[in-house]
Parts: sequence; C-alpha cells; structure tokens
Amino acid sequence: MPCLRMSRRIAVASFFFCPYVQGQSVALNLQAPVTALARMEYDLHSMLLLVTGSIFLLVFLVMLYAIVRHRKSAGHLARQFHENTTVEIIWTLVPLLILLLIAWPATRAVLAQKSSRGEDMTIRVTAYQWKWRYDYLEDHFGFMSHLAAPVPASGSPHGLPVNYLLDVDEPLVVPVGSKVRLLFTANDVIHSWWVPQLGVKQDAIPGYLRDAWFVVDVPGIYRGQCSELCGKDHGFMPIVVEARTPEDYARWRDARLKQAAASADDPARVWSLAALRERGEKVYGQNCVPCHQVSGKGIPGSFPALDGSPVVNGNKAAHINIVVYGSQRNPAMQAWGKQLSDTDIAAVISYERNAWGNHTGQIVQPAEIRAARHGAAS
Amino acid sequence: MAIADIAVSPLPSHQPHGWRRWLFATNHKDIGSLYLWFSFSMFLTGGVLALCIRAELFHPGMRFFRPELFNQLTTLHGLIMVFGAIMPAFTGLANWMLPLMLGAPDMAFARMNNWSFWLLPPAMAMLLLSFFVPGGAAAGGWTLYAPLSVQMGMGMDLTIFAIHILGISSIMGSINIIVTIFNLRAPGMHMMKMPMFAWASLITAYLIIAVMPVLAGAVTMLLTDRHFGTHFFNAAGGGDPVLYQHVFWFFGHPEVYIMALPAFGIVSQVIPSFARKPLFGYTSMVYATSSIGVLSFMVWAHHMFVTGMPATAQLFFMYATMLIAVPTGVKVFNWVATMWEGSMSFETPMLFAIGFLLLFTIGGLSGVTLSVAAVDVQLHGSYYVVAHFHYVLVAGALFSLFAAIYYWFPKMTGKMYCEGLGKLHFWWSLLWFNVTFFPMHFLGLAGMPRRIPDYALQFTTFNQIASIGAFMFGLGQLIFLYNILHALRAGKPAEQQPWEGAQTLEWQIPTPAPYHSFTEAPELEVFENGVIVTMHGGKHG
Repeated sequence: MPCLRMSRRIAVASFFFCPYVQGQSVALNLQAPVTALARMEYDLHSMLLLVTGSIFLLVFLVMLYAIVRHRKSAGHLARQFHENTTVEIIWTLVPLLILLLIAWPATRAVLAQKSSRGEDMTIRVTAYQWKWRYDYLEDHFGFMSHLAAPVPASGSPHGLPVNYLLDVDEPLVVPVGSKVRLLFTANDVIHSWWVPQLGVKQDAIPGYLRDAWFVVDVPGIYRGQCSELCGKDHGFMPIVVEARTPEDYARWRDARLKQAAASADDPARVWSLAALRERGEKVYGQNCVPCHQVSGKGIPGSFPALDGSPVVNGNKAAHINIVVYGSQRNPAMQAWGKQLSDTDIAAVISYERNAWGNHTGQIVQPAEIRAARHGAAS
Repeated sequence: MAIADIAVSPLPSHQPHGWRRWLFATNHKDIGSLYLWFSFSMFLTGGVLALCIRAELFHPGMRFFRPELFNQLTTLHGLIMVFGAIMPAFTGLANWMLPLMLGAPDMAFARMNNWSFWLLPPAMAMLLLSFFVPGGAAAGGWTLYAPLSVQMGMGMDLTIFAIHILGISSIMGSINIIVTIFNLRAPGMHMMKMPMFAWASLITAYLIIAVMPVLAGAVTMLLTDRHFGTHFFNAAGGGDPVLYQHVFWFFGHPEVYIMALPAFGIVSQVIPSFARKPLFGYTSMVYATSSIGVLSFMVWAHHMFVTGMPATAQLFFMYATMLIAVPTGVKVFNWVATMWEGSMSFETPMLFAIGFLLLFTIGGLSGVTLSVAAVDVQLHGSYYVVAHFHYVLVAGALFSLFAAIYYWFPKMTGKMYCEGLGKLHFWWSLLWFNVTFFPMHFLGLAGMPRRIPDYALQFTTFNQIASIGAFMFGLGQLIFLYNILHALRAGKPAEQQPWEGAQTLEWQIPTPAPYHSFTEAPELEVFENGVIVTMHGGKHG
C-alpha cells in the first residue's frame, strides 16, 4: 500500500528531525536563581523584558495601523507634513525618562555584585586549558576539576548521558548560607567562570586577580560552563558547584583535609618504572590527551605526535625541559611545572618514554625534576 | 526639468574594454559594481561557513568537524561577513550612488578608488588560504582576543596581514567618500539638504578613518607579541591581556555603527519614496546620526562587563550605552512618522525597509537589555548575544542592503527585476531569519555559551530549529541571485522613474545611468533629504 509506505517515510523523516523534542522541557527564560544576586538579575531582566516588549509592541502597532490604513491601494492620499517640534521633543524626553527609571535598580544591582567584602570563606579559581582548579585558601587544600567523561568519538547523538558535557570529576563544594568569595586567575588564556543559577560570571585572566561572590540559599548541584573562547576544548570545561548543608560541608572538608595529608608524595621516593608508568598514564589522560591524543599521534599540523618523537626518544633533559617550562616555539605547549607536582611530571615523562612505539626503557625520578627546576632557577 | 535635453552617449571609445575595463577601472559605477559583486561572493562564502557551523550544531555530539576546525569556522565566518561582505557592500553602494545623488561627475579620487577596491581580493584570498596552512586558520573568534591569539599558528599571521590590508582599503574608500561629499556637490545641494544616505556615508567614513588605525594597532601589537618578543598582552612581561580588549573594542564598537549607519541612510531614502511623503524630522535625523557617531566612541567597555572592571567604570559604560537608545529611538520614531499618513505601496525595497525597521528595533531593544551591566553578567558570552547582533547585522545591515539593491537596481542596470521573486525573497528571508535567530535568545537565557562546538542535551530543540532555519535562509538567497542574474540577461527595460515617489537626484537622469553622469554639474533647488525641486542644466558625457 503506497499510502502506508508514504506515511511511514514521513514518520521516519520526522523522527530524524526531532528525536529529542519528546520529553525535553524547553527553557524560555533564565535558570531558576538560588542566590540573592541571581534573583536580582532575574527580576531586572523580567522588568527590562516588560519595558522593551511594550515599546516594541507600541512601535509595531502604530506601524501596523499605518500599513493597513495609510496605503495607496486603500486610496489613502499622503499628507505632506515633515516635522513637528513638540512631538520630536516628547519622543526624545520620554525614552530618556524611561532609561532613568531603569538606571536606578540597575545601579543598585551593579553595586551589589561588586560588594564582595565580609566573606566567610575564600576559594581561588584558576582556569587552565581546559579545566578548573579550586584552592580553599583558608584550609590549604585544592584540586583540579575536569570534564567527567571523555567526549565519545563516534559523534552519535544517541545514548548520551543526561548531563552530557556538564559533569565533572570533582565539583566545587560549598556550604549554603556562607558568603563565598571567589578569586579568579588563569594559567594560559582568558576563561570565564559562569554558573547561571548562582548569578556569577567572571573572566579569569592570566596574571591578574578578579573577584566575585555568592551565598547559596538552597543545597543542590548547579552547573555551568566556560563562557570565554579559550581554544580547542572551550566547550569541554564545565563547572559544577555542589552546595551542601553546613554539617555536610564540614564532613566533606574533614575528609578532604585527611586525604590531602595522606596523599602527599614523598619527594625523595625512588619509584619503579611500572609504578611511574601507571601513574603517568593517569596524568597523561588528564592533561595531555586534548592535544597529543590517547594514541600519542597528536593532531597533524596543530599538535605534534609524541609517538616516535625525537624529543621523547632523545635526551632526557630536553624532554624534562619542555614539559616543565613549555615550548618557546609553540605557545600552545604550556609550562606544566606551574601546575603539576614533581612526581606527576616524572610519572608522565616516564610514561611517554615507554608508551606506544617508544621503548627507551628509561625512568625519570621526581628528584630529577626537582633538580631541573632548581638548576634553571640558579 | 532638463532631462530630455541630455543625450545619452554610448560607452566612450577611449574606455578600456574586456578585463582591462575592470582591472584599470576608474569609473565610480564600474568600481561600485566590483564592490557589490565582490561583497556578494563573500556573503555566500561566509554563509557557507555559517551553514557548516549550524550543521555541526544540529545534534549534540561531535559529528562533522573537530573542535579546532569549528573554532576556525566561527572566526572566519565573522571576519568574512564583517570585512568582506557588509563593509565593502556599503562602500560599493556609496561609490555607485553618491555621485548620482549629489550631482558629481565621479568620486573625487578615481585612481585611489581603483586601488581601494583591488586591495580587497588579495586580502580576502589571504584570509581564505589560511585554512590550508599548518595549524589552520585563526581560531580565536573574530575578536582575536589575546593571549589566545598569541597561541595560534601561521593562520593568525595571515589574518593580521589581511586585516591591515582591509583597513587600508576602507580608509582610502572613506577618504574618497568624505572628499566627494564635501567638494563635489552640485550647486544648490547644501549639506543640510543632501540625502540622508550621504550623511550616513559621511559619518561612517569618519568613523572608519578614526578606528581602523586603532584595529591595526591592536593586531600589530599582537604580531610583535607573537614574533618579536614584546609583552603588550602578557602579564608575565608587564603587559595586560585586557589591554587588547580595550583597544579592540575602541575599534569594535564604532565598527558596529560603521555597519549600521549606512543602513539607516538607505532606509531613510527608501521609506519616503514608497510612502510618497518627505522624510519626517530630517534635521533631527542628521543630529541623531551624528550623536550616535560620537557616542559610539564612549561605550566600548560594555563588551567587557565581566572582565572585572571597577564599579564606577561599569556604571559609566552602562549609562553611556543606555544613552545611545535615545538617538536610535528618535530615528525609529521618525521612520514610523514618515510612514504615518503616507500613501504607501509595498514593492520589494519597501518590504525590506519595513523588515529592517521591525527587526532592527528588536535588536536595538535586546541591546538595551544587554547594556544593563548586572543583567549582562548572565547574558555576556551567551547565545543571547549571538541573537542580538544577528538581529542588528542580518536584519539590520543585510536587509537594508537588499532594500538598496532592489531600489537602485533599475537605475544601475536599466532592467527591472522580477517583483514576484523579490517579494518571495523578502518573505522567505523574514520567516527563516526569525526561525534561525529568535530561538537563540532562549538558548542564551537558558545558559548556552557561544562559540562551543557541542552542547548539553537541554539545548537540543532550539539548536535544531535554528539549524533548519539557517539552511532555509541560506537557500533563499539563491532566489536573490537568480532574480538578479535573470534580470540582467532578460529583465524588462526599466523606466527612468520606476518608483512613483522617488524624488532624489539619481531619478532625474536617464535609465540606465549614463556611463559618465553629470560631466557638467546641474543647478539644483533642493528640499530636505536630497529631494529635487527644480533642476537646470547638467550634462552627461
């Protein structure tokens, strides 16, 4: 039956066009605010929408009336007036008045956003290509926060997780009800930290400190993304803030402090190749994969291959130097000495020298990294 | 009227023919046509890049392009549309129409005119070739923010040189426009009576001369940071990454008006013609346009509300930006008042002008929303901004350009385009433009950052709608191309005065406009906005 076949085809086609429309709630407004700042921004936006919407409607209706009534085909003759001082003064002054009325709450909101003093705790947010680091300054611990799951290479939209691109391995944990002051900086290029429900967006600028603040009212998980183009994986460095009750937060903090004390590496430890490789593979996965790829083949033309690379298979000192201090020739290769520990750098170098088609059999110990750092300093 | 006295001579015999006519062109009409065809080809090129972007964003999940290539596509889409499509199109129109509207024999500097056009193709070729060099094209967004742009490969250097050349080209074009308007107006064509299109072109030309060197400075500092060891934008060397943004946006915000003011000029010619009524408030239009030009230099940091400026700076730039709404509002009200009590007809140019008026108002009002710094904290760097500036640049600049082409096409070519196809082009563009860009407001409000190659699942529906809209919008531009090509080959001959209400000087001369018009200036009596009351004398070569 051709009719049936046709309708089946249409059904298949419509499935292709909108497989996600079903069951997906469609957001038309700002996300639900959970801080005083975000609520202020939300209300201000609603007010602006009302004002600008009414102005548009007014202009549109007047125009529509003219289009319907003052048309040649309706036999309307043009009246040749071309100025009216009174009217022109009115429609200069009235918008000015409306703007003054908007400026009052707008000014109060700006001043509120800027009053970051009187904080209960301070967290330093450092942006890297392409991850975040959170340091709890009063408690002297900190951690990196990466995209939780790598982006599937297949490109198929089916079976993507619910929080696709919005999940991290280590969320920023804060207590509700406390004034949290964030200090922003960046390691390489400008990034921007944006969590809509908190009402905070602030650029993180290399070499400079900027601040912002929030007090979360409701415990929950709030998600955001980097909102300043920062290179290749700009779309893949999400932000997750977990707001907990003060008791919950205190438990988390104690666990963190214990963990930080326990996991401190002994810088003098001499590692076996197997142990270093195992650790190095993890470090490689978290830091090097975006450019050099899991395969170590890099991206031809943009990022060099490590598999078979003369640096990786040659002199250890040159390899250590480029990892610790970055590349002079290619600024995309960062100075990892600034963000990784001696042990991590030793591990990742040892891994690279003994992975894929590289079989140098050489081990680089943390002590060698320390020596390289101090050697260059003197 | 002395039109009947003027004999139309054929293409003068000393004039070079074939490719020499174009390469060695000094005639403002030939150069104007070169500009217009070039900008249309760049519009299609930039459009293809836009469709690549929308194809990738049809589904969540990486599908067609690697993220680094995606960033190159967004960057080049912006640069090509701004510097290759919109700016040259307005310069081309000014070239074609200013001498006709003012009663001048040609542009003031004919050979410089040639050079300002012929710099464009090599510059754009360099930009496009950068896709094929190691590392690919520039991928830092059209704003080329440091320090990200310091990281890029050779493609960035090609982009920097291309921007230098494009800047030289537009500065020379602007000098020509200014000198022509000041010195070559026919007797009787006073400044305060000349067409709004001339006023808009004049103010735009001043803006270009003021800010293109600033952009050149910004990208030159970038170049020396990249290759010669300077640290303008590197904090470790005593520089400041935010300095780049200040310098860039000191260029960038007037640039917005460089792309908007000529559109205002066009609409101020088209609406009175089809309302059969003089432009309302001509004098206040001139002052509004000038004050927009001046204010445009004082608002640049509203692009930087989340860089962490002090509260006083936030407030200053917020107030100054809100203030621009006043003269812009005056213009919109004046256009509506021009339509009021008119005797309107709705040929394609008028439709595009009304489309402009409606959609540009939406873009202007979302601009007021963005100007409020506290709200901008939520919207900055999101798809809301993408929606906002496409309402201003596509529905603003592009729609006005379509209005201008349909309006002046009969005078330029002596042929009529097909009105039915023109109307189809308008309604098609209006519909799919809104389908493409209106949902982007919602995406931005919901929290989708701009310039991302892949997105979270909750943004899927509107992205799919936008992608479908974009492809349909792109397809619709082929209607325009077909209409133009068909009219050039087989269009009906146009009358000297195809629009009943058009009363400016270009409609007082034969159709098509003679190759050398006004070799001898006419004596004019002019009402406001270039409307000719009487014309005596004047000869065409």
